[in-house]
Amino acid sequence: MASEESEMLKELGVKSVEELFSDLPAEIRIKGLDIEKGLPEREVQKDVMSILAKNRTSGEMPTFLGAGVYNHYIPSAVFELLSRSEFYSSYTPYQPEISQGMLQALFEYQSFVCELTGMEAANSSMYDGATALAEACLMSVRINRKRKLIVPRSMFWEKKYVLENYARGPGLQIEEVPYDSNTGTVDLAQLRDLVDDETSAVYVESPNLFGVFENFAEVKESVGDALLIAGANPLSLALVEPPGDLGADIAVGEGQILGNPMNFGGPTVGLFACKKEHIRKMPGRVIGATKDVNGRRAYCMALQTREQHIRREKATSNICTNESLGAVAFAIHSAILGRSGLRKLAAENISKARELASRIDSLECFESPVFKSPHFNEFVVRSEISYLNVNDHLLKQGVQGGLYLSAHLEDLKNCAVFCTTEMHTKEDHDLLIRALEGCS
Amino acid sequence: MSYRQARFDEPLIQEMKDTREEEDQVEGILPDSMLRKELDIPNLQEFEVTRHYTRLSQMNFGVDIGIYPLGSCTMKYTPKLGGAIVRSEKATQTHPLQDESTVQGSLQIMYELQEMLCKIGGVDAVSLQPAAGAHGEFTGLLMARRYHEFRDEKRDEVVLPDTSHGTNPASASMMGFRVVEIPSKDGRVDLEALENAVGERTAAFMLTNPNTLGIFEDDVLEIARIVHDSGAILYYDGANLNAIMGKTTPGKMNFDIVHFNLHKTFSTPHGGGGPGSGPIGVVSRLRDFLPPPVVAYDGEKYFLDYDFPRTVGKVRSFYGSFAVLLRAYVYIKLMGSDGLEWVAERSVLNSNYLKERLKGHLDLPFKGLRKHEFVLSGAKLKERGLSTRDMSKRLMDYGFHPPTVYFPQIVEEALMIEPTETETKETLDAFADAIISILGEDREKVAGAPYDASVGRVDEVAAARHPILSWRMLAREE
Repeated sequence: MASEESEMLKELGVKSVEELFSDLPAEIRIKGLDIEKGLPEREVQKDVMSILAKNRTSGEMPTFLGAGVYNHYIPSAVFELLSRSEFYSSYTPYQPEISQGMLQALFEYQSFVCELTGMEAANSSMYDGATALAEACLMSVRINRKRKLIVPRSMFWEKKYVLENYARGPGLQIEEVPYDSNTGTVDLAQLRDLVDDETSAVYVESPNLFGVFENFAEVKESVGDALLIAGANPLSLALVEPPGDLGADIAVGEGQILGNPMNFGGPTVGLFACKKEHIRKMPGRVIGATKDVNGRRAYCMALQTREQHIRREKATSNICTNESLGAVAFAIHSAILGRSGLRKLAAENISKARELASRIDSLECFESPVFKSPHFNEFVVRSEISYLNVNDHLLKQGVQGGLYLSAHLEDLKNCAVFCTTEMHTKEDHDLLIRALEGCS
Repeated sequence: MSYRQARFDEPLIQEMKDTREEEDQVEGILPDSMLRKELDIPNLQEFEVTRHYTRLSQMNFGVDIGIYPLGSCTMKYTPKLGGAIVRSEKATQTHPLQDESTVQGSLQIMYELQEMLCKIGGVDAVSLQPAAGAHGEFTGLLMARRYHEFRDEKRDEVVLPDTSHGTNPASASMMGFRVVEIPSKDGRVDLEALENAVGERTAAFMLTNPNTLGIFEDDVLEIARIVHDSGAILYYDGANLNAIMGKTTPGKMNFDIVHFNLHKTFSTPHGGGGPGSGPIGVVSRLRDFLPPPVVAYDGEKYFLDYDFPRTVGKVRSFYGSFAVLLRAYVYIKLMGSDGLEWVAERSVLNSNYLKERLKGHLDLPFKGLRKHEFVLSGAKLKERGLSTRDMSKRLMDYGFHPPTVYFPQIVEEALMIEPTETETKETLDAFADAIISILGEDREKVAGAPYDASVGRVDEVAAARHPILSWRMLAREE
């Protein structure tokens, strides 16, 4: 035992550290943990890397998956700056005077989210896009006290499952609005039929599961008095008109897209923004600008009286730990790209997807894109043969194909949604095309 | 110790002016009617952005700078190996929907982590899905609700002690439960109050052990008996697990559902507020209710098991915060059974040592041993017209992050101190000396603190009364 430990024990007047555990009854004591003893760093490093070596990365095997997690290039400066332990080894900035750096970085993140979504206020992150949507729905119920939610069929089913669980507490009713089989966008006539006096909110996302852009202005006209919750891709928002300008009340989305690696699905970042009039109903941590005692600009957590550590069971949400570091990554990546970098990157994604979709369409057994509307970086492919067989064949050729849709959306037989980004080279596209040719 | 934090007049990144001329008109890419008219984000050069965020980092205190004794937050040092590994492409560059055969490495890490957490928690099955501790609570209560529904029992209340973390009642009410708070007796659960509170409407009793006062609930088996006799679930809030690893387990204490805070007990960095990770563990009779998938192994390959007949369903997209799980895995491998038991011992030793150093100087409500944390009362500061808030701000000038303050709410002017195991005696002495020294300082000196942080005392009331939440709102104000 280290000499300082003996010294401390002596000052406490106890003989061994075991005495400090004398308040644990004998019936519950165990004799140590049944796991391996600790290993030196070099051994752990070697063991873990040899386990991870079994993974095939997107660099080793072109991957055409999206559906909520996207493969974008992250500038080295993002990783370098996030590695500053002043940032990552801090916690929630409860003490603003000594945490200005994190507070300002999060305020900048909120500002980027507001700018991109066209909303007036944002929080400093939710867990992911799915929980951001779920919390947005609970917030809409807090605003208008109605009990029905309408969501599109054309959304990733996992998000819907998460929403169903969050809706269970207050016992909300969820209804689905179908999509137009030609355009892939929400069927507005059916939406108008579904909306009634009990509808709290309508959720529509753009681009949707099929990669198709929705028209929020038309959606807004179809929701009546219900709130409009807009799902958005922050990169596409560098180009397209933001939901805040088109009548959305709350905007949510996946923040992983900027600054955060795919990481096998987590951690990600949940974007959450709303109109100014609703800020006191928002969930989660919010950073505000204020002044210090000398009149200097300063930042701190604002509206804490909505939160669980003060309001307990009356809080707007139970969220405490969020995704702050991922939010800072989002801000740094946005800052490095700037307005022009963001816009050009968004445009590159659109043109790449368009080009790939049309190359696939020219193959004998495939139709793509299935929906005839403007797309972002995903599009639906239909094959004449079983898509599951196509996928197996692609894997054998060293390509990870798109996400199979038909198990969840029966009317889309043998369909999958493919994603391409700036990360794919021409060779990657060629490899996919050759592999698809081999399927017919 | 003296300390001076960096102080830059750093503008918001949004306030910086374009220094990069660049064409960004993208003709014909989408119909004009779809395009936005304006996007006010500056075009900067990489070195400006790097300098900006480096300056911001220097205006931020982290545990790599000094002691950060936030009670119940377990702000311990993170060994650096985890950071090096999570940045490797083998970890970052995999998509969650890839074919299972191509992510055997990630699945193996998750599988082995589940197994190790089962041992540490004394539980039979673990799902790694929840994103944070509060999310684990949400998931656990969802399971409790579904469990009772399956037994055709209508139970709509969650009981918890008045010392519980704020997330406990918030999670319960989000899940639609009525919250019943019971008062503590001598800093512990009052068994009589518990007996009176639980009954056929009780879905679960939520408990942290050691509790938020740092006191071990030594009646825990009796608590479990009372709760189980009423037909309710006993829920373990894992925020304070650090203190008991290798000494006992929540399973051994007869808890049914447990959440782990990987960012506390298993040292994954707190990231300025997140990401965290809140895996949930259960005893076998609740296994079928877990959120899917859980990683399983058939002797040859690892796979995502969705076979949970009574599952509550998903609580977030995909499988969990993989990069955080990986860091926790690395930490457990480095520490091992011997290291984790040492963690419990040293964290408890540090906490009791610091408590003894301070108890003659500030009031210590409740007698006896503490585990990993303890709570002092700053009530007597009020005699001098000072408060716990003043004390905490003045600590910054000495180079220390303040403890958690004004929680738990049952202690007046509370200072909740958790030093963790990764502090030396020298640091603990310096921290104690700083508090003692502050108690002897002029009232005005303490009331005006901090002086050497990046900014002076921040007006948090104004921020609450008149929220300014983005640079556009700020620009309008100024």
